[in-house]
Amino acid sequence: MKKLKLSGNNILLAITVALFVIMYLGGCIVYADKGFTHFQTFLNVLINNAGLIAVAAGMTCVMLTGGIDISVGSLIAMDCMFLAVGMETWGMKSPVLMIMVLVIGVVFGLVQGFCVAYLEIQPFIVTMAGMFFARGMTAVICKDQVSIVSDKLFTAISNAKISIPFGGYENKKGIYQVPFIRPTVIVALLVVVLVYLMLKYTKFGRSIYAVGGNQVSATLMGLNVKKTKLLTYTLSSFLTSIGGICYCLNTMCGTTTQASGLEMDAISSSVIGGTLLTGGVGNVLGSLVGVLINGTISTLVKTNGKLVSSWANIITAILLCFFILLQAVFAKIKESKKA
Amino acid sequence: MDKIKKITKMKLFLPIFSMILVMMINVVYDIATGNAPLSFFSISINNGILYGRLIDVLNRGSEVAILAIGMTLVVSASAGTDISVGSVMSLSGGLCCMLLAGYGVTNVDQYNVPLWVGMLAGVAIACVCGLFNGFLVAYMNIQPMVATLILWSAGRAIGLLLCNSNIVYVRVPSFQFFGAYCGIIPTPIIIAAVCVAIASIVLKTTALGTYIQSVGINKKASRISGFNSAKIILLCYVICGLCAGISGLVATCRIYSADTNNIGLNMELDAILAVALGGNSLGGGKFNLAGSIIGAYTIQAITTTLYALGVSSAQAPVFKAIVVILIVVIQSQPVKDYFKKLSSKKAAAKEAVQA
Amino acid sequence: MENNVVLSMKGICMTFPGVKALENVDFNLKKGEIRALMGENGAGKSTLIKCLTGVNKFEAGEIYLDGISGPIVNKDTMDAQKKGISTVYQEVNLCPNLSVAENLFIGREPMTKIGTVNRKKMNEMATKLMKDLDLDVDVTQNLEEYSLALQQMIAIARAVDMDCKVLILDEPTSSLDDNEVAKLFGMMRRLREQGVGIVFVTHFLEQVYEVCDGITVLRNGTLVGEYSIEELPRVKLVAAMMGKDFDDLASIKPEGSGDKSKEPLVIEAKGLSHTGTIKPFNLDIHKGEVIGLTGLLGSGRTELARVIYGADRAQTGTLKVKGEEVNIKNPIDAMNLGMGLLPDDRKAEGIIGDLSVRENIILAMQAKSGIFKKIPMAKQIEIADKFIEMLQIKTASRETLIKQLSGGNQQKVILARWLATNPDFLILDEPTRGIDIGTKTEIQKLVIKLAEEGTSVIFVSSEIEEMLRTCNRMAVLRDGAKVGEISGEELSQEGVMKAIAGGAK
Repeated sequence: MKKLKLSGNNILLAITVALFVIMYLGGCIVYADKGFTHFQTFLNVLINNAGLIAVAAGMTCVMLTGGIDISVGSLIAMDCMFLAVGMETWGMKSPVLMIMVLVIGVVFGLVQGFCVAYLEIQPFIVTMAGMFFARGMTAVICKDQVSIVSDKLFTAISNAKISIPFGGYENKKGIYQVPFIRPTVIVALLVVVLVYLMLKYTKFGRSIYAVGGNQVSATLMGLNVKKTKLLTYTLSSFLTSIGGICYCLNTMCGTTTQASGLEMDAISSSVIGGTLLTGGVGNVLGSLVGVLINGTISTLVKTNGKLVSSWANIITAILLCFFILLQAVFAKIKESKKA
Repeated sequence: MDKIKKITKMKLFLPIFSMILVMMINVVYDIATGNAPLSFFSISINNGILYGRLIDVLNRGSEVAILAIGMTLVVSASAGTDISVGSVMSLSGGLCCMLLAGYGVTNVDQYNVPLWVGMLAGVAIACVCGLFNGFLVAYMNIQPMVATLILWSAGRAIGLLLCNSNIVYVRVPSFQFFGAYCGIIPTPIIIAAVCVAIASIVLKTTALGTYIQSVGINKKASRISGFNSAKIILLCYVICGLCAGISGLVATCRIYSADTNNIGLNMELDAILAVALGGNSLGGGKFNLAGSIIGAYTIQAITTTLYALGVSSAQAPVFKAIVVILIVVIQSQPVKDYFKKLSSKKAAAKEAVQA
Repeated sequence: MENNVVLSMKGICMTFPGVKALENVDFNLKKGEIRALMGENGAGKSTLIKCLTGVNKFEAGEIYLDGISGPIVNKDTMDAQKKGISTVYQEVNLCPNLSVAENLFIGREPMTKIGTVNRKKMNEMATKLMKDLDLDVDVTQNLEEYSLALQQMIAIARAVDMDCKVLILDEPTSSLDDNEVAKLFGMMRRLREQGVGIVFVTHFLEQVYEVCDGITVLRNGTLVGEYSIEELPRVKLVAAMMGKDFDDLASIKPEGSGDKSKEPLVIEAKGLSHTGTIKPFNLDIHKGEVIGLTGLLGSGRTELARVIYGADRAQTGTLKVKGEEVNIKNPIDAMNLGMGLLPDDRKAEGIIGDLSVRENIILAMQAKSGIFKKIPMAKQIEIADKFIEMLQIKTASRETLIKQLSGGNQQKVILARWLATNPDFLILDEPTRGIDIGTKTEIQKLVIKLAEEGTSVIFVSSEIEEMLRTCNRMAVLRDGAKVGEISGEELSQEGVMKAIAGGAK
């Protein structure tokens, strides 16, 4: 049997999981009358955040290398606008557009990754420029809000329900409500599983951890640090594009202000989920929990009804701040132990 | 050839060069569209106020210029940028209007509290934000951009909360004055000029500049020589917060309302761009305030020019992002090394020819 | 190639801008031999190793490796490793966040049929490797869970497993305790039996005699000699390392300036210490006295000075300055008591590279007068010019950036920085390292002049000759503790070396 050691990183993750459970149970008790206890509420958190889950998976990889990618929110906006305008104005078919969006993501990531890895520019500066570029491009593609109505396949995927055979409830009229999820949830969860396996079982995945753990060592051990970084940023933008499609399937429209602040949610999900900002430590499953916490916060704020929506932002920021400080404190303790 | 090298090596070459470039684009555009070639520079007095595109650039550029002061110091001391300035601007404007109008009120003709109280509160909260950022960076050793990311997101959200998610209008002339005209000159120009003047006087008469630069260049050596680097870095962030506060109030007075969602939006990019355009390295160390200020007005000139070319405010970031990337790519070490190699190869080839 | 020789370097030369780092150095290593590479700071140990591993490009000379015909040139450390030359550094160059097994096999992991990492097989292989080397390690745990000694041994295991012929251990014992060192030595002996040639860089004399078969000594970039362990007892080794600089100037010390013990005390340190760097020590310093701190690199001579100055905060003990007990938390506190420190690492802790000579000179003075009292420009210029003239600093102008100056002139600027504050007590840590002989003498003369004017000086250096010339008294350090003081008659080359070498033998 393996001993479970309570190192700083495990404590962080334990705090996160406990936080989620407490938060959700608290919600169940306080808002029991508003249907918070239903299984469907939990599923809705998944449905609403399917895009974010995919994005957070990519973000986690980037943060594992010790970098950051704040372009993701804008990239999603650009993807959505591209899809919407493509279907409505250019009259293109959705499968073609989806593939194009994924290609755009890869190219976008390659450029950013090249700047970070080979030109050695701070990731923050690069991805900030990427953020403004993508946001601006969204407006260049179209200045107005475009709703997706014409493409039948896209609408069908968006409306598809996948029933779950348990956990239903009877509503006030006594009709049995079957709990369901959307296809986007499956895609998002699939992304998480694949990234998890990739990080754990492939050379590339282990290189990501090695680069984040100690870049100099990684180079000395013969790993190609630059290539690893380039690929990681590319992966992030690619997964963001997958997230963008999921996001678009949820909102069915493209606007210039869409998904603003989503980068913040993705980063805080990763950090709350136990990814160290300095890199090298973290887990994509933790980030999934992080997303669920974020989702629960906004669901709680929405369920309350009286609170302004910006409360969700503030609480997320406070949580992020709390976890960043925790990380800093743990790092200091570790250092003093070494001395 | 040597002369060209000398000129390009000058401290203010980059900002002045880009300023001239933007102006030339304007001239070309004016000629192309059939306007008088120098209409960009023409200044006239209409209805008792100064009028002209140049004045417009100076006026609209006030906020960025004020921000650039603080950002320059932060970049120099901590080798990172403060990305929360835009949100802090919005927060400071939001708090000020909320106090002046009263909570939950969206439209007033007279003050709820004296004007100076509101203004002071706005600036004070911005300083508190700076203090928070500075504490995280200087004492908790968190990377500057991650630390400021927190307020980047929360600042605007708190501002929204203070204004009850509404746009709060303060329709009092003495409030509008700060965003309108003082005699024939737009007031923001004067405010920016005063801020710049104060900053340069402080840098001239105190040793702040030396302190910041030595901390930014070599923290360890600065400590051995008796500087408290954490305090210096903290101070820089507070000053940056202060600048964001003042700039936020100017932006608020300009539209005599706290439009929390839009005040200071994307301003962090402009401020960082101003610093980079000013010839300052984003890697910290030596700074040149004059360069940043010229850089700030250059940014505004770019923005104004883009608008004139029919680019909307939502689309403008595309071009600015490209400019940022171009500047940092040129500044980056591998590119510098590459050019060094190239020039030394050229020199070697020359020598070979001569031999 | 000679029989049994695994590595042979011949006539290696290498220059850094302005400095001859290695001149015609030979180095030979036999199979199954542990050879110590000894030398003081700047002797060229690390440069030689970097030439071997391909980090530095050497200008002349050849390297031969057993099993490869003809001279070899390594492009980088990876290339060297492929040829069988592995290096393990003082700071463990592994990834603390990965498991032990992964650290052993990253970059060459066993794969499954579908192209994923075969973790099970990797763990099995790692466990076997650890067992072979007699290490009790759970290979699935993260590396950071283990002590530094074990991490180091894991790093060695990785190197050895990659078919290594030459293993370079670069100061591996600096941060280990006795127990851990013993374990490491056990492992080194086992590898010796397997026929691996080991280059062991250290400054701990005892360890050399405990584990090594031979010693190669470098000094100032030249080879002093290659010895077997029997022919070089301790005192001789110290002599070989520290050497006798040709005495181009006779005693520069004025007659009868030796005894300062009747002058008032400036510094009284009682039981000061800093965990991990310097054990509790007592030290008294009189007015106008030059006291030398001597000992080998890593003996704690730098650390002792730093604790007094507050660069590292003292964790125990009391410090009295001019009879009054003081609490120094930061360098600025020490400065306000009239102290100054010229650090040994000029580049990292001395110069502010992007500032001008003038700004660098007035820096400490400015820090003392505070942020609001800017020293007027006219005065700055006056001070800068005064010191440039006085110390004969060679610079294009006072506004030249300090990073453009040569090492010696940079050192003079830092010295000027402290002299400008009129210190009562000055700590000079290796003020003459990497400086040409002329400037060295100038600085030594300056120290004596300062002392005559009443400034007390702590002088740290690895050259005994120069300390004998300048110091009234010397404190000897060994292994992070002050072990004695020498003054008067005992102040001789031989006396000091005996004290440094310590113990019997």
